[in-house]
Amino acid sequence: MTTVAEVSIDRAEDRHRRRWHILVFLAPALLVYTAVMILPLIETLRLSLFNVKDNQSFFVGFGNFQVLFGDPRWAASFWNALRNNFVFFLIHMLVQNPIGVALAALLSVPKLRFGAFYRTAMFLPTLLSFVIVGFIWKLILSPIWGVSPFLLDLVGLKSLFSPWLGKPGSALIAVSLISVWQYVGIPMMLIYAAMLNIPEEVLEAAECDGVTGWSQFWKIKLPLILPSIGIISILTFVGNFNAFDLVYTVQGALAGPDGATDILGTLLYRTFFGFQLQIGDKSMGATIATVMFLIILSGVCLYLFAIQRRMRRYQF
Amino acid sequence: MGSTTLKTLLMATSILATAGFAHAADTTLTLESWRTDDLAVWQEKLIPAFEAKNPGIKVKFAPTPPTEYDAALGARFDAGSAGDIITCRPFDKSLEQFKRGNLASLNDLPGMKNFSDVAKSAWTTDDGKDTFCVPMASVIHGFIYNKDAFDKLGIAIPTTEAEFFAALDKIKADGTYIPMAMGTKDLWEAATMGYQNIGPTYWKGEEGRAKLIKGEEKLTDADWVEPYKVLLKWRDYLGDGFEAQTYPDSQNLFTLGRAAIYPAGSWEIGLFNTQAQFKMGAFPPPVKNAGDACYISDHNDIGVGLNAKSAHAEEAKKFLDWVASPEFAEIYANALPGFFSLNSTPVKMQDPLAQEFVSWREKCKPTIRSTYQILSRGTPNLENETWVESANVINGTDTPEAAAKKLQDGLDSWYKPAK
Repeated sequence: MTTVAEVSIDRAEDRHRRRWHILVFLAPALLVYTAVMILPLIETLRLSLFNVKDNQSFFVGFGNFQVLFGDPRWAASFWNALRNNFVFFLIHMLVQNPIGVALAALLSVPKLRFGAFYRTAMFLPTLLSFVIVGFIWKLILSPIWGVSPFLLDLVGLKSLFSPWLGKPGSALIAVSLISVWQYVGIPMMLIYAAMLNIPEEVLEAAECDGVTGWSQFWKIKLPLILPSIGIISILTFVGNFNAFDLVYTVQGALAGPDGATDILGTLLYRTFFGFQLQIGDKSMGATIATVMFLIILSGVCLYLFAIQRRMRRYQF
Repeated sequence: MGSTTLKTLLMATSILATAGFAHAADTTLTLESWRTDDLAVWQEKLIPAFEAKNPGIKVKFAPTPPTEYDAALGARFDAGSAGDIITCRPFDKSLEQFKRGNLASLNDLPGMKNFSDVAKSAWTTDDGKDTFCVPMASVIHGFIYNKDAFDKLGIAIPTTEAEFFAALDKIKADGTYIPMAMGTKDLWEAATMGYQNIGPTYWKGEEGRAKLIKGEEKLTDADWVEPYKVLLKWRDYLGDGFEAQTYPDSQNLFTLGRAAIYPAGSWEIGLFNTQAQFKMGAFPPPVKNAGDACYISDHNDIGVGLNAKSAHAEEAKKFLDWVASPEFAEIYANALPGFFSLNSTPVKMQDPLAQEFVSWREKCKPTIRSTYQILSRGTPNLENETWVESANVINGTDTPEAAAKKLQDGLDSWYKPAK
């Protein structure tokens, strides 16, 4: 009897010991992640519930959120930024990702010559700094020294040119397309990898059944790369709602003209750090950051629970 | 006590290590600044001039890059390691440091009498009781023009609004030059070079600005809307695609000789002198009718104050008194053309363009940018809104009236003038 009890205790201790070393190995990553991600996140969430008056911080509950959504000015700039952000996201989904898929499909054509060159060339902008991308595109689109009015002039279409970045109607689209140009390499590479993973046999079987060309793409390849497209969509969503850098370099912190390119990132920047004579407001900044966090969180949850679960996966 | 001794020892050794040697009796004052560009001017001209007159006091110019200055200085104040002399940003940023007790009041500094109230306004408390920085320099707005172009087209310097637009029409009709080099892409050009440049003429400078702060005038009043109406007329004289023209684009258009008139701030003088290959001249904002009083924006930009916790307050005050002297003004204004001394004593300057700018002080009434004092403390920030709306007016997004109403509504939402 006693021996059995001792053995079971030994096993428990064994398990206990095993758990220790898991913890030790996890610790570095956990500590770093906690220090640079989780703590700042918690601190941001905490800060959004506080406000400062006369250098004294005090708890205001959801007061800051009430101001953000209740005050007509704050609400107007917030909704404007959110709307612009959705347009920004929509343009990426409608332009960047289909082009990415199309490019990947072209690249995976087996007889393609210079495939490696195209792949590199198209992925290159993604590796460039947003500062460089913003600067070159500002120059390309410049009405004074830009190559775009010059090239349009060469083919007699100068009348089509307009200072796109300076007009409220076109600035957001122009900035979105610059971003698309920069990041189209990412969906292209991911889809390309997914397409390479499609086994030859499946395609051969399809060919034997007479499914070739376009119908092969729609009926065989697309369903097989759908999980990758899902991942790309969610990456685009998170990236776009956290975007800031390109708009800041191309349009400045006020995201002009008339706030036409103001997205959540630039609004957060101006609020939190201040701009020119505007003194930074850490509490309202944290409030906007919290709302951004919640928007992204709900978007990701929606994807994980509503879409990814229903996605059909194929095992080969 | 032990740790202070240790600190002193460490400090002493580090000073010895870096400076080589320091005379035992010398006091070294550290000067905090964001003007990294001015390092040579300070080290080669200003500091030697001061040290020659004040043996026993050494000054060390220790600048921090402009974008980091405010945060770094705040941290050094908190840690008690800020320099003895502090370069002051205009208005609220320095006022906040004064309120926190980091900057000392300089009311009893003898040199302060050399400055007018407008010059001191950027570093004076709202009630006017305390001044905490010595005004150092201001920038003046006006128009720089291409003299060769004006001569070629036979245009005289415009003094009234009508003459100004007649000149622009003439340049436009000729077609060689873009009449005016300004863009709205960067927003602030429209506000600073446009609205704040010509505005004082219409709202009568300080008079209008004071009334706006007191709440006796509103931005929707005719005097404040009119500059927007004039700006709207500028639209026809700007270059193609001005909506996407940035500030460097405007500078280049003018210095390359492609544009005839440049709505300017005097800080451009130094750069333009080195880049433009043609003769340049300048004229102040044209008045509405011939014979009207003229107004210029003579905006306080930079001052120096005393760290309230400085261990060498006496020596630092000597230095500040020297900064307030005409001698300093002359060296400074000549070393940095376009940054004008705020000293009441007129300063002799060598640069003809700078001379032209500063000569307006004698015939025109100076004022500062309307949005800088008090009115940009809240949210929405009036200065930033003015950038957006000035660009909107020129772009045609908003009418002058609508823009003024937006600005006033924004101001009303948080600003309650003291009655």
